[in-house]
Amino acid sequence: MGIEILGLPMMYYIAMVAKVLVAFVFVLLTVAYATYAERKIIGHMQVRLGPMRTGWHGLLQPIADGVKLFFKEEIIPSQASTFAFLIAPLIALIPAFITFAVIPFGGVIEVAGYKIPLQIAAYYDTTAGQVFDVNVGVLYILAMSSLGVYGIVLAGWASNSKYSLMGGLRASAQMISYELAAGLSIIAVFMLSGTLSLTKIVELQSGMGGFEWYLFKQPLAAFIFFICSLAEINRTPFDLPEAETELVSGFCTEYSSMKYAMFFMAEYANMVTVCALTVTLFLGGWNGPLTAAMPLLGPVYFIAKVYFLMFVCMWIRATLPRYRYDQLMHLGWKVFIPVALVNIVVTGIIGYFI
Amino acid sequence: METLFFLIISLVAIISAILVVTCKNPINSALALIMTFFCLATYYVMLDAPFMAAVQVMVYAGAIMVLMVFTIMLLNIRVDATKKHSHKLVVGSIIGFFTFLNIVIVLVRSRAALPTGPYSGEMIKKIGHTELVGREIFTSFLLPFEITSILLLVAIVGAVILAKKKI
Repeated sequence: MGIEILGLPMMYYIAMVAKVLVAFVFVLLTVAYATYAERKIIGHMQVRLGPMRTGWHGLLQPIADGVKLFFKEEIIPSQASTFAFLIAPLIALIPAFITFAVIPFGGVIEVAGYKIPLQIAAYYDTTAGQVFDVNVGVLYILAMSSLGVYGIVLAGWASNSKYSLMGGLRASAQMISYELAAGLSIIAVFMLSGTLSLTKIVELQSGMGGFEWYLFKQPLAAFIFFICSLAEINRTPFDLPEAETELVSGFCTEYSSMKYAMFFMAEYANMVTVCALTVTLFLGGWNGPLTAAMPLLGPVYFIAKVYFLMFVCMWIRATLPRYRYDQLMHLGWKVFIPVALVNIVVTGIIGYFI
Repeated sequence: METLFFLIISLVAIISAILVVTCKNPINSALALIMTFFCLATYYVMLDAPFMAAVQVMVYAGAIMVLMVFTIMLLNIRVDATKKHSHKLVVGSIIGFFTFLNIVIVLVRSRAALPTGPYSGEMIKKIGHTELVGREIFTSFLLPFEITSILLLVAIVGAVILAKKKI
């Protein structure tokens, strides 16, 4: 069919580029409007209006913020280690975005006789008649999230400021401890699915009108994973690294202009990724009614579920006060990790007898 | 396509490996080392070993290097390497030259072939790399696996005992 380049049909390349662009633009737009939504939602929860001035009900606020940050003066502290200082925001931002490569956001759609799975790192094998994706998808995500910590550590260290260093140290200690519990809670899901491929995990959750979701089979794992992910991406109630009252702005105190914006984007992009991952692992991914007949409904369900979880994140931020540092470490090491381990053992025992 | 990709990755790997030893700032060296580990992970993917690749990034680039960066940060080694070190340049280059020669001879004289035995590329693609690794670890290599676990446990207990003032 059509022209072939390097042994692969032309459509393969077009589909790949299209998928990458669509997913990237979607995440970017979501990140931009998540900042707006967060201010608006928290505003209304606290009986305020939130941003109202720029555009109708403040709808142009993210654009105004972006333009403002773009034109701010770029300041590099004279005592900072320049290279690490410059590269830190990029290291924070990139893992947040490339994690999206393995998350399936829809089923297989057919364009001009060519079947395209709606997942960036996947292709449809016509001879085998099934979708092949990264068969270590979940490990890939864990690996990328373990790289994200460098951005924050380096930012804290390179700024050469006490507040930044404290923020950076806190952030890294927190991320490392909660990464463990999050990883352990996912293991229970693998034990049920028997595969690391995210496409297959989503397929396994498709039956029984939503009751096959791993949320119902592994409620404890879902709970631990979501909470630990919140801690890993430094969201409230675990936003100690940038605790304003103690540390000014934590690791990004010395940053200005676009670099500050990059940290901000990384935080929200991480939020999108974590919510997308939770949806994929526990809430049935893109599954929903009528997806077999209309494959384009898949992304709609997926986005709806992701947005719901993001709303939950904002809701938590509006509701809960910040943890103290020792409470945070206590919760991570002495509550979540043992509970996740017990969950694995229990899942194993039940799985052996069923 | 794959050759081109291999060459690009190799270029990055070699440049970052050189940077590891030439950077004056220890943090920058650590960053370059992370980059090298990342390139190694890419090689594993190209060799049909995705599990190894993920573990490489998670364990080496993620966990071990975080520890290194932490150590450098907490020791607060600053950039000012004022004293000039010769680093035993002559001895190093002689050793380097012979090692290189050794590798070239081995590569030229050996016949590059796919691994023989039951684990062919076909089988890895069919069953999956992770499944095969898991199956082997928990059947044929169960005893070494358990011994390694106990070794790690001993290390953890040792660390706790050393760190705690009162047990």
